[in-house]
Amino acid sequence: MSTFADTTFTPPELIRNFCIIAHIDHGKSTLADRMLQITGVVEERAMRAQYLDRMDIERERGITIKAQNVRLPWQVDGQNHVLHMIDTPGHVDFTYEVSRALEACEGAVLLVDAAQGIEAQTLANLYLALENDLAIIPVLNKIDLPAADPDKYAKEIAHIIGCEPEEVLRVSAKSGLGVRELLDEVVLKVPAPQGDADAPARAMIFDSVYDTYRGVVTYIRVVDGKITPRERIRMMSTNATHELLEVGIISPEPKPSVGLGVGEVGYLITGVKDVRQSKVGDTVTSERKGATEPLAGYREPKPMVYSGLYPVDGSDYPDLREALDKLQLNDAALTYEPETSAALGFGFRCGFLGLLHLEITRDRLEREFGLDLISTAPNVVYRVVLDDGTGELIVTNPSDWPTGRVGEIFEPITRCTIIAPSDYIGTIMELCQTKRGQLGGMDYLSEDRVELRYTMPMAEIIFDFFDALKSRTRGYASLDYEESGEQSAELVKVDILLQGEPVDAFSAIVHKDAAYGYGTRMATKLRELIPRQQFEVPIQAAVGSRVIARETIRAIRKDVLAKCYGGDITRKRKLLEKQKEGKKRMKMVGRVEVPQEAFVAALSTDESSDKGKGKK
Amino acid sequence: MPHTGAVPSTLPDGDPAPADGALPSSALRGLGERPFGVYVHVPFCATRCGYCDFNTYTPGELGTTASPESWLEGLRRELDLAAGVLGSAPPAETVFVGGGTPSLLGVDGLTDVLDAVRDSFGLAADAEVTTESNPESTSAEFFAGIRAAGYTRVSLGMQSAARHVLAVLDRTHTPGRAVAAAREAADAGFAHVNLDLIYGTPGERVEDLRASLDAVLAAGVDHVSAYALIVEEGTALARRVRRGDLPAPDDDRLAESYELVDSVLSAHGLDWYEVSNWASSADARCRHNLGYWLGGDWWGAGPGAHSHVGGVRWWNVKHPARYATLLADGASPAAGRETLTDDDRRIERVLLELRLAEGLPLDTLDDTGRANASDAVADGLLDRIALAEGRCVLTARGRLLADAVVRRLT
Repeated sequence: MSTFADTTFTPPELIRNFCIIAHIDHGKSTLADRMLQITGVVEERAMRAQYLDRMDIERERGITIKAQNVRLPWQVDGQNHVLHMIDTPGHVDFTYEVSRALEACEGAVLLVDAAQGIEAQTLANLYLALENDLAIIPVLNKIDLPAADPDKYAKEIAHIIGCEPEEVLRVSAKSGLGVRELLDEVVLKVPAPQGDADAPARAMIFDSVYDTYRGVVTYIRVVDGKITPRERIRMMSTNATHELLEVGIISPEPKPSVGLGVGEVGYLITGVKDVRQSKVGDTVTSERKGATEPLAGYREPKPMVYSGLYPVDGSDYPDLREALDKLQLNDAALTYEPETSAALGFGFRCGFLGLLHLEITRDRLEREFGLDLISTAPNVVYRVVLDDGTGELIVTNPSDWPTGRVGEIFEPITRCTIIAPSDYIGTIMELCQTKRGQLGGMDYLSEDRVELRYTMPMAEIIFDFFDALKSRTRGYASLDYEESGEQSAELVKVDILLQGEPVDAFSAIVHKDAAYGYGTRMATKLRELIPRQQFEVPIQAAVGSRVIARETIRAIRKDVLAKCYGGDITRKRKLLEKQKEGKKRMKMVGRVEVPQEAFVAALSTDESSDKGKGKK
Repeated sequence: MPHTGAVPSTLPDGDPAPADGALPSSALRGLGERPFGVYVHVPFCATRCGYCDFNTYTPGELGTTASPESWLEGLRRELDLAAGVLGSAPPAETVFVGGGTPSLLGVDGLTDVLDAVRDSFGLAADAEVTTESNPESTSAEFFAGIRAAGYTRVSLGMQSAARHVLAVLDRTHTPGRAVAAAREAADAGFAHVNLDLIYGTPGERVEDLRASLDAVLAAGVDHVSAYALIVEEGTALARRVRRGDLPAPDDDRLAESYELVDSVLSAHGLDWYEVSNWASSADARCRHNLGYWLGGDWWGAGPGAHSHVGGVRWWNVKHPARYATLLADGASPAAGRETLTDDDRRIERVLLELRLAEGLPLDTLDDTGRANASDAVADGLLDRIALAEGRCVLTARGRLLADAVVRRLT
């Protein structure tokens, strides 16, 4: 089926660029699917649930990691329009990518579950959209659910964005109810893009993905001028130039075009093989007579959370390296460098945007590359000023913590927003207090829902804060945070020693008041996890040379088969071979044999199963 | 039932065995220079005990598919086949009739068994001939009869002197019967009598074990075997433990029980010579079992029996009916075999000889093994003086951790 939207260089006044801001399970993907169907770009029988979420993990976790975009035709009052829908990543770790996606739009659909109300991440993204002067179209979804309370949440949304409750649209993305009206509203409410068609080309990269067959596919929004195939382009952050092999639009499959004009959204392919050569937020211009000023807002991706990744089987190390190389092609934010742990052998120190980014990466390494991994406890980046005046250290690994010479220590802090039913205010405040949080303010979003703003060390958030928050509010609280500078803090490194040997994988940087708790917890856990040895094994937690907690694994007393006669010998020898094979999977800490499973279990936080995932 | 038999219920994986039972010439080389014994497996029990996973069958389980008569017929055929395979087989230096419950065969049956061995191999002049027996199926006449038939040693499944322990084990004899049987055997002229004990049965208290040891000492036997109860998968006992009806044996308590057994027996002149075996003198040691531990040759006849000749191990089909059918067709009853590599044989030497009071010559070990032996001395697992003399001998603590020591030395 051919439509008005199939050809490019559409006059900007007929273009509407918008995104959908929603919490993880509030139905964004379903709404996008319905729009594809109603505008006719995907036929019903070809419709696959959640068409735009491509990766398996995204589909399974119900979240969008990589943004997709699509060009839709829509007629209002007999006038054809082109809508570019930009599907934004849905998690706090990808705030920067979200901000770039928002930058590519003039309007945003604020999609809220009519049974749950707005959540913290949605609110954070809404604020981002408001900062970018986007036109906001408030929409309540799932109004056909029995538990829906559209009147209550329409009031809440109206209060937040400053509109009338009656202006909040009501849809059911699932059935399609109200979606046509929503598309009309997009055309009416969202401003048309503006730009100078005669100026040197400037287009913003808001996403880039690696495709096995085509190399890197870069998604752009043209601001000024035009981008046409077979001209060379320049990436303004690096000045690298590339030949343009293809320029096209997505509807929703890629379709080559003669070029993209002002306000248009599409993709380009240059033949580069690595997304780091096509950075989100960068400005694309033409090589000849190109622009001199890049678009504002570009930022290098910066890892916030570090963790060591080790293959359970040491011989998988080269495979892990290869897998990380491959993942990095599609993930500009992932960093890694080789590191060696006395306890875990060879692995990589990996940097991530956040905890979810870490978990997704680990998941993909295990699932797509068949690796069995141990990840060490995640930590943030510390700045340690040395007291001997020799300067400062940036510490991304507890092993690098300086001994003795520590002057002042700075840790990253975050501004976080928590939204929860007001019944839980006390509980949340108590929790935040124990996590060294400082209350910045509190607002009632409606009669019974409240928004709390805290300043909190990032280290506390990535440890187990979200799990604790969820369990103490019976799942009702939502959390968003963003980096907000650093603060001086009294931090110490707690080492865990087995028979006097420190186990580097278990060392952690914690606030001095939390050191005893961490030490006791780890020592107790390890006593349960490490099998008894032929000798007594003391487990100690220590800060420097000061032991703060101690447990003992008693020596095993019996390890002998009572009977060994003629018919037992073959079985016994085979059992011995098997046991010795199993011993190879043990990690040796000094003379102590520690099973891999003990490392895995000791390093997992107790309720790490649904951190930041929302959808079950 | 009794526990010195050579026939656990699960057969190992191995290579197929040839239908004629032939052995490679390498295995036959040196036959007769090593100890040579015959093991006979009697796969019958009156009832099945809840803890037992041996290859044994009750009349109800067998039905009409096999009988003591068909078994004895098969046994004769297997022993003939054995004599043919081994060629110039030496006379048997030891014979061990285990089960199952050999005493169920009665005097006549046990006489037939020994005659069959004599007919095929002959018996050495000073042969040790043992049969296992259940206390409840013996009598003064029984012992006199088998003594006259040529048996020289009796092993009695006593297990415990505590009634409630015997009940958990499904043993039907009364607490005093085993001791009485041991005395009857001695009166019938048996110089060598063994009592089997099991410790660690759920519900067994320290005083129960002490009482059992007192009874053993009162019986005046020259040999004791004592085993920690093993809850074997697939047994009724395992199901009861899994359901939570009975507590699982606790390793620390088993270790304490072992220490008690060892200290009481050695205080009364019964010294350990293998991890689970004690004897009053060198002569009182079971020569047949020593053959297992010292790499000797033996032919194991009967369903599920294991054999070893010159580095080839094999095992028979388990079911008595299948066993009888194969032999009736003139075929070997072997179900599978393995030919040991030099490394296998070295590892077996370590795991077997380390269990003995004489220990293992240090030169059996490679460099790493020797270094680890020194560490094991430091950990109190191997005897310091013995090591200085070139032998690895387990300490009392080391005996309880023998498997761990073997892993370190191999």
